[in-house]
Amino acid sequence: MTTETMTVTLEVFRYHPDTDSEPSYQSYEVPYREEWVVLDALNWLKDEVDGTLSYRWSCRMGVCGSCGMMVNGYPRLTCNAFLREFMPGPIRVEPLRGFPVERDMVTVLDDFMEKLTDVKPYIIREEEQSLDDGEYLQSPSQLADFKQFSMCINCTLCYAACPVYEHEDEFLGPAVLALAQRYNLDSRDQGNEQRQQLIWADEGIWDCTFVGECSAVCPKDVDPAAAIQQAKVEATNNFFISLLPFTPPGMGR
Amino acid sequence: MADDLQHDILIVGGGGAGLRAVIAAAEAHPDLDIAMVSKVYPMRSHTVSAEGGAAAVIKDNDSIEEHIHDTISGADWLADQDAVELFVNEAPREMIQLEHWGCPWSREEDGSVAVRPFGGMRIRRTWYAADKTGFHMLHALFQTSLKHTAVKRYDEWFATRLLVEDGRCQGVIAIEMRTGEVHAIRARSVIMCTGGGGRVFPFTTNAAIKTGDGMAMAYRAGVALKDMEFVQYHPTGLPGTGILITEAARGEGGILVNTEGRRYLEDYNLGEPVPIDDPRHPQLRTMELGPRDKLSQAFMKEQDAGRVFSGEYGTYTHLDVRHLGEQLIMERIPFVRELAKNYAGIDPVHEPIPVRPVVHYMMGGIHTNTDGETSLPGLFAAGECACVSINGANRLGSNSLTELLVFGKRAGLSAAEFAREHPDLDTDGLEAQRADEEASIAARFRTPRDGGERLATIRRELNATMEEGAGVYREESGIRATTEKVGELKERFENVGIDDHSKSFNTELTTAIELGFLLDVGEAVAHSALERTESRGSHQRTDYPDRDDDQFLKHSLAFRTDGAPRIEYADVTITNWPPAERTYGN
Ligand SMILES: Cc1cc2nc3c(=O)[nH]c(=O)nc-3n(C[C@H](O)[C@H](O)[C@H](O)COP(=O)(O)OP(=O)(O)OC[C@H]3O[C@@H](n4cnc5c(N)ncnc54)[C@H](O)[C@@H]3O)c2cc1C
Ligand code: SF4
Ligand code: FES
Repeated sequence: MTTETMTVTLEVFRYHPDTDSEPSYQSYEVPYREEWVVLDALNWLKDEVDGTLSYRWSCRMGVCGSCGMMVNGYPRLTCNAFLREFMPGPIRVEPLRGFPVERDMVTVLDDFMEKLTDVKPYIIREEEQSLDDGEYLQSPSQLADFKQFSMCINCTLCYAACPVYEHEDEFLGPAVLALAQRYNLDSRDQGNEQRQQLIWADEGIWDCTFVGECSAVCPKDVDPAAAIQQAKVEATNNFFISLLPFTPPGMGR
Repeated sequence: MADDLQHDILIVGGGGAGLRAVIAAAEAHPDLDIAMVSKVYPMRSHTVSAEGGAAAVIKDNDSIEEHIHDTISGADWLADQDAVELFVNEAPREMIQLEHWGCPWSREEDGSVAVRPFGGMRIRRTWYAADKTGFHMLHALFQTSLKHTAVKRYDEWFATRLLVEDGRCQGVIAIEMRTGEVHAIRARSVIMCTGGGGRVFPFTTNAAIKTGDGMAMAYRAGVALKDMEFVQYHPTGLPGTGILITEAARGEGGILVNTEGRRYLEDYNLGEPVPIDDPRHPQLRTMELGPRDKLSQAFMKEQDAGRVFSGEYGTYTHLDVRHLGEQLIMERIPFVRELAKNYAGIDPVHEPIPVRPVVHYMMGGIHTNTDGETSLPGLFAAGECACVSINGANRLGSNSLTELLVFGKRAGLSAAEFAREHPDLDTDGLEAQRADEEASIAARFRTPRDGGERLATIRRELNATMEEGAGVYREESGIRATTEKVGELKERFENVGIDDHSKSFNTELTTAIELGFLLDVGEAVAHSALERTESRGSHQRTDYPDRDDDQFLKHSLAFRTDGAPRIEYADVTITNWPPAERTYGN
């Protein structure tokens, strides 16, 4: 068979809140092309075969963070998951695990967006430097301290991989903790304490056993597991510090 | 659904421009009720994919004067010089503001922000965050906007049309994606920040959401679309996908090479090549750092001469960055490497990157002044959907991200003033319009009909005719054919059929509405291109190869009518830089 005529089967998760009491799977044959990603196959289906298929996507270059789905049981950006990785198929496409489903592959993001807002992901300072005095100086190595945690595209793949988030409603989760850490480690920021209170109150971080599934699935090498680990260490130190009868120098609480 | 959604200011669009407008209004007017509608969560907006950087004068060796001159000459003198002066003057402060808000700019050893060279700029002035500048700017803006907890966000609400009553814009109609309900969101002033419309073309760096919605909504409400014939082709996109390889790759020293191994740009009046191992390479405003219009045009000429490679996804030349070495590539342009590896299957550390010109940016847009005001009272616009114009006939790379900040803020402030001065809204009239829109959506898209054409068929034909008639090089008969074809497609679109008649998260419905917007944008581009019988910047007419300042040192204004749009012209503002020949090279 030439690549022209080759096809592959997509088993697609279907759920419509207005008409379905429970989800089902629908199989489609799609043309196989060497350079196609799973998202291309879905778009082909939507254009040519079944306009009712619903999913999110936009940039098609792995940076907007909207096209995450489970592909053969593994959280992936579908614009970066090539059909050729899964041949000869079938390829099962489902919504990201751990989230309520709005429709088909569209998940409900309310909880994630709320938590992201809660950690105060912005620069907090006691005193603002005037714009007239120019930029804050930040050396390349100070930048490197937080750079990795600033690379998160909010794709939520790490939530789909997280064994804690599934069961622990209150858990802020990997990406949000990485984002908090991103600001905590930024030399321009002084909001550490405000954020820490929220993080240390999060029981979820203690359930995290550092299996690191979140970091393994992250398409941007953010390493949220490292952020969670750091938060735990800081929380533990803080706990012991709080038991001391005095404040050690440099530990202003 | 008849309900009571009302705000003082409504910002449509959550990209760089929209977010900057929100923050400006919220900071200056904490008592005003501000809301933002976006068809995607704000951090998904297409600003996220900008790579190379944002220009502003910050270093001692640079000057305001130089940035102004580069911008005006880059625009082939079609930019309004008062707007450019204001833009360049306000840019540094805006960029510093974004630094204070946490944007992780790349740095010099001394801790100051680093700048890199960019095409058409005589001095290094492009701030960058490695090669994910737009991503970092967008996330920094979005996250900073979260400080303003009173701002109401309508995430994943899709605006379908402007509410205009008593000659004033008083809000928008929008579909709540989750429920499919059609709402009126009333507002005392509205700012369009809906981005560009590159998706009218088949091969583009633009994301799926860039369908010119705001341009079309304003056009339908009687506001002119300005300079729509000017469409920027970026010289270096990956064949097949159209994924952008940023100009920063050339700013860092990458070179363009044809099948003969020649740096072919030297044959196109862009100066003399300096060898890659010479410390003077790359030279500013020269060769690979020439402006985008000229580089894309050079590619087409090379193609005509048969000196380009051809592959499964069309022709291409080579962008070679190998001499930069792995370390520099990883430090400055790691995303280029990631994209080339993933989507072209080559590692730029070891192989040249295949590239070809790709539709990238629309210089034209909703006609505004420097305060973001349009001719429709209460309606403002900023960002790529607007045309002030600082970009004229050809935008310089890295001016657009800065434009979002400068004019997003200005629009936010002027919309706030307007809202204060115009408190009264015609609630009943607006509800009637909403009911009317709901009924029309139901009749057209929520009722099954037989034998309608598929959306994709019409979109593909639109894309094809735009490229044929209104591509890099244009001439009368080709453009005329495109205008006729677009007219035919608009008629056929009336009978389009869709599969999905349901309500919840119906993306086929929104795709259909977007296609309607694209048809209007395509119409404005084609007709404006037909009427401009000269060549300037990105608009190259083979039948009128010269610039004609006597007749066309003017902005085009396309007004919607029941038939072909009416094209009028408005003067370009010239302050201190009289039109001259555009020259590049060392
Ligand atoms: C790949 C790429 C790289 C680029 N690199 C650079 C660069 O290095 N430097 C530079 O200066 N410029 C660059 N540009 C250009 C620049 O990024 C864009 O012009 C700019 O980001 C546009 O921003 P915006 O805020 O106007 O619109 P966008 O960021 O596109 O946002 C549009 C917003 O409007 C909303 N919206 C649209 N329609 C509707 C609707 N109907 N209802 C509700 N909401 C709607 C969307 O949800 C979105 O939030 C690049 C462009 C591309 C495509
Ligand atoms: S940390 Fe990684 S996987 Fe998680 S949301 Fe961010 S980019 Fe996605
Ligand atoms: S479509 Fe944007 S990340 Fe996949």
